[in-house]
Amino acid sequence: MLGKTAGGLFWMFRYLERSENTVRLLDAGFRIALTRSSSSRNEWESIVTTAGVRNQFREQHDDFNSVNVIDFLLRDKQNASSVVSVVNAARNNARLVRTALTREVWEATNDCWLTLQKSLARPVREKELPDVLASIRQHSALVRGALHGTMLRNEIYDFARLGTFMERADNTARILDVKYYLLLPSVSLVGSQIDNAQWETILRSVSANHAYRWLNGGDINPTGIAEFLILDRRMPRSLAFCYAKIMDNLGYLAADYGEELECQGQAARVRSRLDGCTVGSILESGLHEFLGDFIRDNNLLGELIERDYRFCD
Amino acid sequence: MERSAGFFDEMFGVGETPRGPYGNYRQWIDNEDPAQLRRKAAEAEIFFRRTGITFNVYNQQEAAERLIPFDVVPRILSGREWARLARGIEQRVRAINAFLHDLYHRQEILRAGRIPIELIAQNEAFLPKMIGVKPPGDVYTHIVGVDLVRTGENDFFVLEDNARTPSGVSYMLENRETMLKMFPELFARIQVQNVSDYPNRLRRSLVKCAPDVCTGRPVIAVLTPGIHNSAYFEHSFLADQMGAELVEGHDLRVVDGRIAMRTTRGYKPIDVIYRRVDDDYLDPLNFRPESMLGVPGIMDVYRAGGVTIANAPGTGIADDKAVYSYMDEIVEFYTGETAILKNVPTWRCAEPDSLAYVLEHLSELVVKEVHGSGGYGLLVGPAASKRELAEFTRKLKARPGNYIAQPTLALSTVPILTKKGLAPRHVDLRPFVLVSPNSIEITPGGLTRVALKSGSLVVNSSQGGGTKDTWVLEE
Repeated sequence: MLGKTAGGLFWMFRYLERSENTVRLLDAGFRIALTRSSSSRNEWESIVTTAGVRNQFREQHDDFNSVNVIDFLLRDKQNASSVVSVVNAARNNARLVRTALTREVWEATNDCWLTLQKSLARPVREKELPDVLASIRQHSALVRGALHGTMLRNEIYDFARLGTFMERADNTARILDVKYYLLLPSVSLVGSQIDNAQWETILRSVSANHAYRWLNGGDINPTGIAEFLILDRRMPRSLAFCYAKIMDNLGYLAADYGEELECQGQAARVRSRLDGCTVGSILESGLHEFLGDFIRDNNLLGELIERDYRFCD
Repeated sequence: MERSAGFFDEMFGVGETPRGPYGNYRQWIDNEDPAQLRRKAAEAEIFFRRTGITFNVYNQQEAAERLIPFDVVPRILSGREWARLARGIEQRVRAINAFLHDLYHRQEILRAGRIPIELIAQNEAFLPKMIGVKPPGDVYTHIVGVDLVRTGENDFFVLEDNARTPSGVSYMLENRETMLKMFPELFARIQVQNVSDYPNRLRRSLVKCAPDVCTGRPVIAVLTPGIHNSAYFEHSFLADQMGAELVEGHDLRVVDGRIAMRTTRGYKPIDVIYRRVDDDYLDPLNFRPESMLGVPGIMDVYRAGGVTIANAPGTGIADDKAVYSYMDEIVEFYTGETAILKNVPTWRCAEPDSLAYVLEHLSELVVKEVHGSGGYGLLVGPAASKRELAEFTRKLKARPGNYIAQPTLALSTVPILTKKGLAPRHVDLRPFVLVSPNSIEITPGGLTRVALKSGSLVVNSSQGGGTKDTWVLEE
């Protein structure tokens, strides 16, 4: 398989995952804004921060109001992380690797893009937002479904999955990091200003609100949330889950190619660090530091995969 | 149906009863509900869009990806009509390959004085770096698209021999797929010769041209300029259908005297490159140094027999519009036969007498740039404004050698489906020819391009043309 093709698959699925994450963030923010109008500006601001585009937003806008934020995150072509930009990038990568995709995966991706061309052609009004967000999520689910249902389980699939989980791990870590102060033991003791709704935002931005309640019988507490999103292997967006998957797919590649490369070593290091932690030890030594290290390690793994499998010259 | 006077209509000829090849189809369409047909046509458009059968338009930011409009009325040729065309095409393509071999070796045709030396020596399309090079299997033009037009029952003319990297074959294939999906009952009723094995044939044909250094199963790659190229869809489509790698210049490099592609496990040699990159951009070391699309050193590997390039570099000299005007001589010189397919009479503006004639009759003629393509830089005299005529007069006087002129042909028409029913539109035809050592295969049919604007003679997709499925009937 061409190195460029491996890279195209990896990035195609990274971008698709990113679009979903942005949509999820907007969904969570929109809900908070609806239910708690007093703090809604803070909420929109923290969404922009989580999406990692705060500086650019400030260059273009003065005010973190819903209209600005929604437009910036959904439609702004200058914003390389906007949904329009990343879906466009995903589709361009899909065109690049067209020969590696089944017709179903290509058409699902192309459909997603075609739908967005229409639904995001004009600014999205608040009352249309839920429908637009739902349609984007539905379309990315179709791509994933086509991938699962029609693609051979070979190196093509491995690179696609690696892109998905690398991006997802990065995203979950970022959400936690932006909101980490909500989870600090000291603050939680103060208790009064920070209520369950704020914690819920975190869970909603990773689509885990319901799952968490179900597993924990409705007892929402910071330690529980941190543990759930970092260490719980049942939770498909947790760091531990993502790394279990990354290890699997890197393992299949190593078996296929008959050699272990540096990226396998790096993934194993990150995985064993996660295995060696408890939520207590993480909070004790500093959640922010822990997440910062994780994001750096994850980035390094991305670079190693890119180099080891010759994405570029 | 509305009729346009003075033109040969392929469905009706010049009378009111349908011509033979269309008889069966005509019966069918007369019983179809026009509204239903238009709905099907709209479905076809959605299908093309979803599949991504689009082309990129240069210099148009917003409408970066466009569909080539597809018309649901097929263009139909009888088996006998086709057999005659196929004989003519085969003869012509055989002559073109012999001509190229000769030009890059002993140049007998120049020695014999059958065509002027200046025509070759001063021609940008002639590639001195190809002199003495032996392409694997002695094939120069692995893929040719011969553009044909028709003016009457038995009058076909070759408009152009596309001997470099002819495009459009993906439309030929997808148009047929679309028709099969939309009108399965039609194909049960009318026996149409198959085109769908083209990618297989292309693959087989390229495999037969593998270089001698290739010992195992030949590795084939399609070389594309990338996703922004106007024909990118076709490049990825053909690679996909052939099971070949789709590569760009930066995926390739020279390794141990071979061209190798960068895979996830290191560099792996390629035997045959079906390139969709122009000669000029193929090798920055040998041609344009600024090219980012090619592979540095590929020409040196090629000359040493390390890789097959299809089509061979330097084939452009055979489809040059000035050389075109000598095709009758060329066919006769190499085959010993009279050309079966006619050329359109051509004035070479480089010749003073011709130039004088062209300037005097500009409003009746079509003027083309010698190296132009895609319908750009073209003057259609009868349709031109006074200002355009004046502008071309100036251009012709400034660089006469850059132009040829031809009479404005009364191109045949085939009906298209419009809101008001069937209406005649002008068409041309590009059949696709595959050349391998000892064999020339022509897919029955080809790409019919149709000018969608009433009265227009320009069929190029870049100029608002559309396409039709082309049927050759089983006899």
